[in-house]
Amino acid sequence: MSVKMGVDQKRYQVFLKGRQPVRPWFRNSVRAFFTGGATCLLGQGIQELIVHYYHFSEKEAGNPTVAILIMLSALLTGLGVYDKFGQWAGAGSAVPVTGFANSIASAALEHKTEGYVAGVGSNMFKVAGPVIVYGVVAAFAVGLVRYLLTHD
Amino acid sequence: MLTGKQTWSFVSGPRILGTGTVVGSKEGRGPLGDRFDLVHDDPYVGQDSWEKAECKMLEQAQEKAVFKAGLSMEAIDVAIAGDLLAQITSANFAARTAGRPMLGIFSACATSMQAVALAAALVEAKAARYALAATSSHNSSAERIFRFPTEYGAQKPPTAHCTVTGAGAAVVGAGITGVRVSSATIGKVIDLGVQSPWEMGAAMAPAAVDTIVQHLKDTGRSVDDYDLIVTGDLARVGHPIARELLGRQGHDVQDRFQDCGILMYDEHQPEVFSGGSGPACCACVTFAHLLRQLEEGEYRRILVVATGALLSTVTAQQNETIPCVAHAVCFEAGTS
Repeated sequence: MSVKMGVDQKRYQVFLKGRQPVRPWFRNSVRAFFTGGATCLLGQGIQELIVHYYHFSEKEAGNPTVAILIMLSALLTGLGVYDKFGQWAGAGSAVPVTGFANSIASAALEHKTEGYVAGVGSNMFKVAGPVIVYGVVAAFAVGLVRYLLTHD
Repeated sequence: MLTGKQTWSFVSGPRILGTGTVVGSKEGRGPLGDRFDLVHDDPYVGQDSWEKAECKMLEQAQEKAVFKAGLSMEAIDVAIAGDLLAQITSANFAARTAGRPMLGIFSACATSMQAVALAAALVEAKAARYALAATSSHNSSAERIFRFPTEYGAQKPPTAHCTVTGAGAAVVGAGITGVRVSSATIGKVIDLGVQSPWEMGAAMAPAAVDTIVQHLKDTGRSVDDYDLIVTGDLARVGHPIARELLGRQGHDVQDRFQDCGILMYDEHQPEVFSGGSGPACCACVTFAHLLRQLEEGEYRRILVVATGALLSTVTAQQNETIPCVAHAVCFEAGTS
């Protein structure tokens, strides 16, 4: 790349300032707060119902609650609703359980055409993979710190 | 014939003999919906994958163009086509069906005008009597390659584009009626340092401006010599930027400046963001709408400047900036 190109690039980046619409971060934050909260509230409601009607302990009710949320999210992904919800709700749709389920279900659907092994199997965690990798790495780091602090 | 530095002038008067445009349902609901030859409500077009759907649309557009030119596919001496997919799959697979000599090209969303320019040059050089220029894109096949799985709930910024689902084809040949392809300006690849694939309008605007300015310089014309100068897919973010850049170089385009990405969708349609993009955007709007306006006498001379962002998913992830290109074709109405 020529020297002039570098100078032109800097000048153009300065020129572009204020000439492109920015993400409406306030509106996005408000929507994310309420939709994310509502998703958690829904999860809490499901848990309460399981405790109330099926006499699970609060801890035991956790797993079936997560399973129901995953199924709901995968269903809405398949019906083509979740991506629209995601565009509207932004970070609110990324709340761990439903957002994670959506990332896996959408990748699986997308690669169905390449078959169940090379397609679905190897691409399912394309979007969710980094979350798992860095989730495990972060858990290890936190666990190590905790061990060093509490172990004597 | 080379005029100036980057412009080919076609003196033998190659013409657009027939065009075919096929689009998806979102494009069909846009303001130009009734201009297209075929609108598919089914995003799969009866196929079992997005890629096959795109290929099918390209085949249909090509058949339609050849039919409207009053020819049969066998009369086509050479087809020039390209698309956004890896190994320009749609173009090559559609060529398998058409069975004509084929030149595959890629310049992302600038493919449409590159194809028309090359087709006109081949006709001018008498290397072909009839050349077919075609291109396609599909929102879902593009999303899958360049962004996320189609059903993934990621939020796009307002600077994003909506890749047009559709295909456009045109038969270029020597004839006595039809819109003339009078000249073409081949663009340089320009990169002014925009890095985000969500900001393609801003990335491509300098390339469009460079090609327009070069075209005017080469032909010795001014913007007043054109009834319309239309860019490919700068959309609502990139188009005002291009207008301002042109103004700074002393070209006041006023109301003669439009953009296919803006024309394709209504501003209030859901999830079109800043406007349309993709090779099919410029192809469908030009072939179905702008050329018809020339035929109807609304315009005498227009310049279509297709803009392409030449990034790949790998270069985007490696934080490379986006090189862009713009190819311009000048269309003129009917006789002479």
